Amino acid sequence: MTTVIASRPRRPGNRRPAWEEKATPVGQVLKGLVLLALVLAVLFPLWAVVVTSLASRQTIDAAGGMVVVPREFDPSAYFTIFNGGQISRAVWISTLVTAGGTAVSLVLTVLAAYGLSRPGSVAHRPLLFLFLLTFLIYPGLVPSYLVVTSLGLKDSLWSLILPTAISAFNLVVVRAFFMNVPSELLDSARIDGAGEWYILTRIVLPLSKAVVAVVGLFYAVGYWNAYFNSVLYIDTSDKWPIQRVLQTYILAGQSPSVTGAPVNIPGVTAYPPTLAVKMAVVVVTVVPAVIVYPFVQRHFTKGVITGAVKG
Amino acid sequence: MSTSDLVDVAAPGDDRRAPATPPPRRVARRRNRAPLRVRLRRDWPLLLMTAPGALLLIVFHYVPTLGNVIAFQDYNPFAGDSVLGSFLNSEWIGFGNFETLFKDPAFWDAVRNTLSITLFQLVFFFPLPIALAILLNSLLSGRVRGLVQSVVYLPHFFSWVLVVTFFVQMLGGAGLLAQEMRQHGLEPWNIMTNPDTFIVLVTAEGVWKDLGWGAIVFLAALAGIDPNLYEAAAADGAGRWRRLWHITLPGLRPIVVLLLILRLGDALSVGFEQYILQRDAVGRQAAEVLDTFVYYQAIVPQQWGLGAAAGLFKAVVGLTLVIAANKLAHRLGEQGVYRKS
Repeated sequence: MTTVIASRPRRPGNRRPAWEEKATPVGQVLKGLVLLALVLAVLFPLWAVVVTSLASRQTIDAAGGMVVVPREFDPSAYFTIFNGGQISRAVWISTLVTAGGTAVSLVLTVLAAYGLSRPGSVAHRPLLFLFLLTFLIYPGLVPSYLVVTSLGLKDSLWSLILPTAISAFNLVVVRAFFMNVPSELLDSARIDGAGEWYILTRIVLPLSKAVVAVVGLFYAVGYWNAYFNSVLYIDTSDKWPIQRVLQTYILAGQSPSVTGAPVNIPGVTAYPPTLAVKMAVVVVTVVPAVIVYPFVQRHFTKGVITGAVKG
Repeated sequence: MSTSDLVDVAAPGDDRRAPATPPPRRVARRRNRAPLRVRLRRDWPLLLMTAPGALLLIVFHYVPTLGNVIAFQDYNPFAGDSVLGSFLNSEWIGFGNFETLFKDPAFWDAVRNTLSITLFQLVFFFPLPIALAILLNSLLSGRVRGLVQSVVYLPHFFSWVLVVTFFVQMLGGAGLLAQEMRQHGLEPWNIMTNPDTFIVLVTAEGVWKDLGWGAIVFLAALAGIDPNLYEAAAADGAGRWRRLWHITLPGLRPIVVLLLILRLGDALSVGFEQYILQRDAVGRQAAEVLDTFVYYQAIVPQQWGLGAAAGLFKAVVGLTLVIAANKLAHRLGEQGVYRKS
C-alpha cells in the first residue's frame, strides 16, 4: 500500500470530476489569498534577510534597519565573516560534525536495520524492542548529562554526535524498506553462497538508495541544526558550531570577533555594517537547509512515507 | 504490548490498514525452530551488525534512564572519583528531592506554563495543519499544489535559532515591522519581549515552522479516502460542506486520534530550544517550562538529585498519560498508538 503525496493520481489532467459542483469565484479567490499569504509568510523573511546581507551601510542606514528593496550588490559582509574569524571556524566545525555525524549515524542505522530485518533470527524480538522502546522512554536531561561527562566527552565534538547518533524512527523506516526487498532475491543469493555482508552491500543497499538518501539527509539536517547540545557540552568557544555562534552574536547581541585585520579587497568597503554581517551569518546558516531540501522533498514520497506506511 | 505492536508507533496513517494478527509466516517459523546453536551459526552476522547501534543506545539511552535513580539520592559528584563512584557513595534520601521539588513555587510555575502552552497549542495550532491539508487537497491544479507544498514545508528544516532570529528581525524591537511603524509615526509594538503575549508568540513560531510539515500526514490520510464515497454522497445530494463533514473528517479521525494521544503523552514537553532561546527576552515568569526549569534549577547550579527528580516526574507523568489516552481511545473504538496483543 503506497501512499503518494507529492503527485496526485486521483484526478488525472487536473479535471474536476463530473459529480463535483463548479467552484464558486469567491471561494477560489479566498483560497488563492490564503495560499498566497502562506507562501509569502515563508518567503518574505528569507528575502529580507538575503537583501539586507547584501546591502551597503548607506542603504541600511537609509532604511533604518532591514532592507526589503535591493539597491546594490555588496558582498563585503560575506568577505568579513569568511575572513578566518570565529564565524568561519564555526562553519567549519558544523560542517565537520554534520559530515562525521551523518556518516556514523547512517552506518549504524543501516547495519542495525539490516540486522533486525529478519524476523525469527536469534534475539530478534528483544533487540527490536530495545530500539523501539526509545519511543516511549526518554532519559532525563540530568542523567544524560552525567553519563556524557563521565565518559570524558565534555568539550569534545563527539558529544555532539554520539548521544544522538541513532534515531529509532529512522531505523524503523530503513528496516521497513529492507524487509520489502523480495525474499526470493535474497534466497537465491544465499544459495549461491553469498554471506550477509555481501547481500547487504551488493543487493539490499543498491535497491534502497532513495531511503538511505532521505534518512541521511534527515540526520544531516539534525546535526546542522543542533544547538542545545553545544550549550551543555562545549565550553570552548573555538569549538562552537554555527547555531551557537548565531545565537550568541545575533540573538543575544554580542559582537562577533571577526578577526582584527580589516578586509582589504579592492572595491569593497573595509568595514561593512554589522547588520549586514549578522544577516550574512543567518544566510550561511540557512543555506545548507535550502540546498538539501529539494533532495529530501524529491525522495520523501518514495522513501519515507512508503517505508513508514508499509511498517 | 509486544514489539510488533510498537512498530505501529512509527507508522502513523497505517493504523486502519495494518493486519490485526501477525502474518502466518512468522507463526510457522516459530513452530519448527532450529536449536539455538544452529540458529546462532546462521545469524551471528546479523547480531554483529545490530551490536554497535544497540550498544550506543544502551550507553546513551538506557544507562541514563536507569541513572534516574539519583532522584532518590543526595547525589554528590565529589563523593567518588567517577560518576559511578559518586553514585555508590552518595546518600539515599528517599523522596527528599521530590519534597523539595513539590514545595518549590517555581516548579509549579513551570508546570503551569507548560500545561497552558500545551492547551493553547492544542486549540490554536493542532487544527491548522488539518485545515491546510484539506485546502491543499481541494486544489485541482497539481502544479499550484506542489509549489505551495514545497514552500510551506521549508521552515521545518530550519533550526529554532534561525526561526527565532527570523521572528526577531521581522517583529522584534529593531525588526522590520517596528521600523515601518516608527517611520509612520506609530508606537512600535514589540511582541518579542512581552511576557503577556509570549504564548501567542511561541505558537506563531511553531505554526510558521511546522504548519506545512504537519499537514503531510493528513494529506496521506486524505489520499487514502475512497473517492467513490464522495461520488456516492454527491449523487445523494450532499453539498461540499456535507461531504467534508460526513466523509473527509471521519476519514481523518483515526490519525487525528493517534496524534492527539501522542500530543497528550507529551503534554509536559513543549519543546526546549525554542524556550531556552527566548527565556531571557521575556523573563522566567512567562517562559519557564519544565525542561528549562530542569536546566536552570539543576544543571546550572549542579543540583543533580533535584533535576533528576523533576525529569523523572515528567517521564512518569508522560508515560501514564500515553497509556491512559490509549486506553481511552480503545474504549472509544479507535486503534490508538499500540494494540493489545
